[in-house]
Amino acid sequence: MTLLKEVDPCTWSLAADPRTGRREARLYGTRELVAAMDDKVLEQIGNVARLPGLVGAAMAMPDAHWGYGFPIGGVAAFDPEAGGIISAGGVGFDISCGIRCLRTGLAKGDVLKVAQKLSDALFRDIPAGVGEGGNLRLTVPELDRVLKQGARWAVDEGMGEEADLEFIEDHGCAKGADPACVSPLAKSRQLGEMGTLGSGNHYLEVQCVERVHDAQAAEAFGIAEGQVVVSIHCGSRGLGHQIGTDFLVSLAKAASRLGIALPDRELACAPIRSPEGEEYLGAMNAATNCALANRQILAHLTRGIFRHFFRDARVETLFDVSHNTCKMENHEVDGRKCLLYVHRKGATRAFGPGHPSLPARYRAAGQPVVIGGSMGTGSYILAGVETSEARAFSSASHGAGRSMSRNAALRRWHGRELIDELAERGIIIRTRSMRGAAEEAPGAYKDVEAVAEATERAGLARRVALLRPMICIKG
Amino acid sequence: MDGEHGTFEHGADFGIFGRGPLVEDAFRAAAQAVFALTTDLAAVGPREKIAFEFDENDLELALVRWLNLLLSHAADRGLALGRFALERDGDHWKGAAWGEPWHDGLERGTGVKGATLTMLSVKQEGSAWEARCVVDV
Repeated sequence: MTLLKEVDPCTWSLAADPRTGRREARLYGTRELVAAMDDKVLEQIGNVARLPGLVGAAMAMPDAHWGYGFPIGGVAAFDPEAGGIISAGGVGFDISCGIRCLRTGLAKGDVLKVAQKLSDALFRDIPAGVGEGGNLRLTVPELDRVLKQGARWAVDEGMGEEADLEFIEDHGCAKGADPACVSPLAKSRQLGEMGTLGSGNHYLEVQCVERVHDAQAAEAFGIAEGQVVVSIHCGSRGLGHQIGTDFLVSLAKAASRLGIALPDRELACAPIRSPEGEEYLGAMNAATNCALANRQILAHLTRGIFRHFFRDARVETLFDVSHNTCKMENHEVDGRKCLLYVHRKGATRAFGPGHPSLPARYRAAGQPVVIGGSMGTGSYILAGVETSEARAFSSASHGAGRSMSRNAALRRWHGRELIDELAERGIIIRTRSMRGAAEEAPGAYKDVEAVAEATERAGLARRVALLRPMICIKG
Repeated sequence: MDGEHGTFEHGADFGIFGRGPLVEDAFRAAAQAVFALTTDLAAVGPREKIAFEFDENDLELALVRWLNLLLSHAADRGLALGRFALERDGDHWKGAAWGEPWHDGLERGTGVKGATLTMLSVKQEGSAWEARCVVDV
């Protein structure tokens, strides 16, 4: 904290340092949250602030924690016309990891009556965990169509409804995807992984809307207290991981060759306007489409399972938002519109009311933002606000953020005991990995309510509803 | 010979290390550290083999490439891996690993997405080499 200057109660500034070429870095969050962040967050966001072509400050969201290269919760925008870069480390291995949120219109009480059987069905039919393949097996030409079309491919194949696409960022398809930039190994890894959840912090969670903070936005989003929603957290699976792997070393070498001094090799990057940068962009956008299609398939599977139990249930996409991305966006900088490449590594895009990209239904409320919490505490739905544009290029938190390492969590908790404890509190956990359950213990995460409140106070997004977990299928 | 391997602290993911008398031994032990996160190595039968070669003159990048090639091929083939071999001839590396397809009898640990350049180091300390980095899970 000694290096930081308090700008306001939820904004902290690390001053620019001309000697090292570092521009300003900003951390958002209450004094308590920022003080509790690992020192590495400040070091890492300070390193990001030294990258070429940065516009404004490099920023850390209230849920920021130590990552690799960028901190998790890091946001940075780069101007391609000013030598701005694109960084594989600024996107992460799990490209376009994100959350699909579904509203069901069902009451908590109705779901509780079938909770055990519903959890059995979800656990049986949603492939989850390390080593679990999916039920689909694609050919390479089919996968290439996925990589070009994103969620549209899944809907055209009968896995979803046309209306889903309206409520996915970019209507479910990232522009600029080039399957030719994706290695054969990356494609091969994905052929059997479409429609899988993965492992680690990925999950499918059945949740109840416990508290509504903003009734008008909640109405626009189609949710009310006591209703059940489903959140699906996963990404681009093996294909995204392989693209991250393929470009990590090649971009590190490109940076060295192009004379970009990297304060941390993990910030491997290339100018946006360079062959290496354009190749990564083509591959990254392909991985984004893979993630969007993957969550579309999982949403379709979930819809089918719910309809088995509730024949008339309307399981609709509330929103689908990614939080490991680099997106080309127009932003206002010093009074003029600029085309920027905004990296969000563990951060969510959060467009405010009136943004033209939002579905008409949400345009007055702002973009839905999902802060995924731990399996024992809760999650939040928020809405984008106008102030976020000037403060953070319309970005907000993405999760509760870890407060404890996985090693420390393993020393402190045992998976079986934890699952039993949560069952006593009425939360059903289904997982193939007791070790994974212990690593993901609720106590290893920050207080999601503190993160959501700080996100609101920092002017990044406003709280709409608090969700409590009922059933969690852990990857 | 099997070198010493283990994990070290990282805020979000896992730091892994391997040690051994030769660089190759340290790298092999680092692979054990990575795949021990995913399952119990001793329970994995050596029923299938993967093999690959690569060229890399930077020792640290060689560690990352070795681990990521193992992760990539294991994921591509749907294998849990339990045994590893690595030979080095100058900048040329020849790797192999043995394992079996995932099945219900194998403990499910934590999936590893990739080895990163964070806290990456390969160094000699006394008569032993140590290789370490953070892996994304």
